[in-house]
Amino acid sequence: MTTPHEGQPQAQSGATLRTADLPAATATGFVPGLSASEPVALTSSVGKLQGHDILFPPLPYDIHARAQAATHDTQLQQFVHNATYLKDQGRKRIFAASFGERYDAMRELGGRIKQHALDHLDYYLEEWIDRATEAGVQVHFARDGAEANAIASEIAQRQNAKLCVKSKSMVTEETGLLDALAKVGCETIETDLGEFILQLDHDAPSHIVTPMIHKDRTAVGRAFARELGVPYTDDATTLTQIARNHLRQKYRQADLGISGGNFLVAETGSVVICTNEGNGRLCTSVPRTHIAFVGIEKIIPKLEHLSVMLKLLARSSTAQPLTVYTHVMTGPRKATEPDGPTEMHVVLVDNGRSEVLRAETREMLRCIRCGACLNACPVYRKIGGHAYGAVYSGPIGAILTPMLRGLENYPDLPHASSLCGACYEACPVKIDIPKFLIKLKKFQHQRKLSSFTERAIMKLWAVSLHWKWSYELGGWAQRRMLRLQAKAGRDRAKPYSDRGYVKQAGGPLAGWTQERDMPTPPSQGFRQWWRQEQVRAAGRKTAVESGTASHQHTSPDGCDDHAHQGSQH
Amino acid sequence: MRVSLFVTCLTDTFYPRTGIAVVRLLQHLGCDVDFPENQTCCGQPMYNNGFHDDARELAKKMVRDFEHAQYVVTPSGSCAAMIHDYYGDLLKGDHAYEHGAAQLIAKTYEFSRFLTDVLEVDLRALGAKWSGKATYHYSCHLRGMGVKSPMLEVANSALSTPPAREQSAGMSVEDDPAVRLLRQIEGLEYAQLPKADQCCGFGGTFATKMPEMSGAMVRDKVASIASTGAETCISSEGGCTMNIAGCANRQGVNVQFKSLAEIIAESLGLMDDL
Repeated sequence: MTTPHEGQPQAQSGATLRTADLPAATATGFVPGLSASEPVALTSSVGKLQGHDILFPPLPYDIHARAQAATHDTQLQQFVHNATYLKDQGRKRIFAASFGERYDAMRELGGRIKQHALDHLDYYLEEWIDRATEAGVQVHFARDGAEANAIASEIAQRQNAKLCVKSKSMVTEETGLLDALAKVGCETIETDLGEFILQLDHDAPSHIVTPMIHKDRTAVGRAFARELGVPYTDDATTLTQIARNHLRQKYRQADLGISGGNFLVAETGSVVICTNEGNGRLCTSVPRTHIAFVGIEKIIPKLEHLSVMLKLLARSSTAQPLTVYTHVMTGPRKATEPDGPTEMHVVLVDNGRSEVLRAETREMLRCIRCGACLNACPVYRKIGGHAYGAVYSGPIGAILTPMLRGLENYPDLPHASSLCGACYEACPVKIDIPKFLIKLKKFQHQRKLSSFTERAIMKLWAVSLHWKWSYELGGWAQRRMLRLQAKAGRDRAKPYSDRGYVKQAGGPLAGWTQERDMPTPPSQGFRQWWRQEQVRAAGRKTAVESGTASHQHTSPDGCDDHAHQGSQH
Repeated sequence: MRVSLFVTCLTDTFYPRTGIAVVRLLQHLGCDVDFPENQTCCGQPMYNNGFHDDARELAKKMVRDFEHAQYVVTPSGSCAAMIHDYYGDLLKGDHAYEHGAAQLIAKTYEFSRFLTDVLEVDLRALGAKWSGKATYHYSCHLRGMGVKSPMLEVANSALSTPPAREQSAGMSVEDDPAVRLLRQIEGLEYAQLPKADQCCGFGGTFATKMPEMSGAMVRDKVASIASTGAETCISSEGGCTMNIAGCANRQGVNVQFKSLAEIIAESLGLMDDL
């Protein structure tokens, strides 16, 4: 397995596309560059669908209400927690069985492939555009969601499209494509089973890979009965059959097929999608026109890299060696081919990504949307995806959302993590998510988005740690205050473990005692013991020297027990 | 062998008995233990909250305070990880401290790792005895310390036999130095903690800033501990212990919490007076 080597593309430090070099047909919109953009304008596509309100809440977004509700939702706890935990275990097992101790080397390789492509994004995007255009693809650029939707709407209108079938794509969630198409008279049917159910239920995806992880089949049965007029059932096979029958009709009638894209292979100009239900194949080959919405960061250099990425993606997302369907699509139907669309459009979507492409945060764009970090995350397991208030949830969402939609709009997300590191360990392309969470907090302080009080308290605390006396004073005050609050009694026999518990505290500890008690320090600290120990050691030394050691054992003072104990060492 | 104790601020104030246990145990094993009294905090709270300039100053202080140490041993995995994972970056390019940081990183050991890797302790040979059923809380920062890769744990078990659901629900922790040590103690009945690789929800300021998330996580952890039927939970990370013990106390779950150092020192009869 080879990695992309350094010599090939000679890119500048940033990733600026040379517009002059682009084929004229492709320059229909924005060219991703490194412009210092203002806070990303939101594609406020909150339409009739309640679903979009879930992913596009009022900003700035406060996470607490939804997090609180989620932790008290026993059903959500059960579904999300169990499903993610089992998926996480499945991922570990299949990686272990396939790669064993070379697991980490595989992740390293995946990470390097993506990082290399991002470091030379301008080169590879151009290469991809050239190859794709040669294959007959019509390539478009979209600076933001509105532009992307406008491109798709224009195509739909030109073709007088009334019905569109769509396979799963997170980018279209970002842009709110369905509402945009509806406005030009084109109805869109989600064909991924999970997304189909969510669409019927006016819900929104809560997981990158398993969008309806927060629902169970009784909810599906109710939605089908209500929206499709079928008798209620919660039998999974029957429900799948109902969906299948319903969707088959739609594929035949559809004028337009929409997909996302898991990878763009630069050397061949291909769009690659990975699915498990076969709906992606039907969406991209039955209707006469196929439009793929793909983020600009999805590029990889060569087909040989695709083999690595596919191995990582399927194992990380669904614990499969390979997804059931892997489509490598290079251009529309050719004269010699019996089927496929007559027109193929690819919309390369920026929507905030070129801002993330700054060297400082570029690593985030390695993400292949496998969802492994969501499944591994103990916070996601507790609050589910909707609590993140954005299209991308979980650990990757906590770092990507503030970058894509403005740190000032999502002030809580960098803090919605215990920094346990499970996400980093799970990430197949080695994105150091905890490092970026910390970095975002740093940006908050630099941009004065954090509270003055927080910065002042932290400064005082840090300064107090510079000298022994102030550190000890702080420790003394902490001990005293907490023990007073807890009414902790002193146990002379156990001065190093006679702790009490504070039941309700104010100030910065209020959050702590809202959920659990606060143990207090015991009556004596380690330093007191150490100093007494030094005194005892010195005493022993003097005693031995003056030949009076035996007196110690007869003294009634409690200290002597310690001295006796100490003398054993 | 000269060993300098980096006791850490939490252990110093909240869990002094752990610090005492480390000193007595290392002395018992023949080490010359000193405690540089100028030490305060490694800067982890500042670093994790994005105050990197403040963390950098404390990192420099740590380098100065332990300049003359041969080995630095700390009972906290997260503080050891702070030094190992971030001091290099924080002090990179600072000519006065860069070298000192590299030295500090090289000579700093998390306590259990020091026992197994440097002292190569065999508690059986030392006659360690402890009576009771105990489970072990694996703190997340040990990931960073390379103490154990849960991935490889599962890897090993997966390669031999496909684990049943129950088995996979808790990973095998056989290779963890702490667990290896615990298994060497006669009379200690070790009960594996289900979902051991799931964070307890402490996370420093996370516990106070995101109480609802942290609270849900720690209740899950306490339920896992209670399910083992162990009367003792071994937890070496002060922050985790405060969090889990605080929740157990609130919920009336009767489990005592001790650090690995305390258990080992007790098993060798070094803590009878405290």
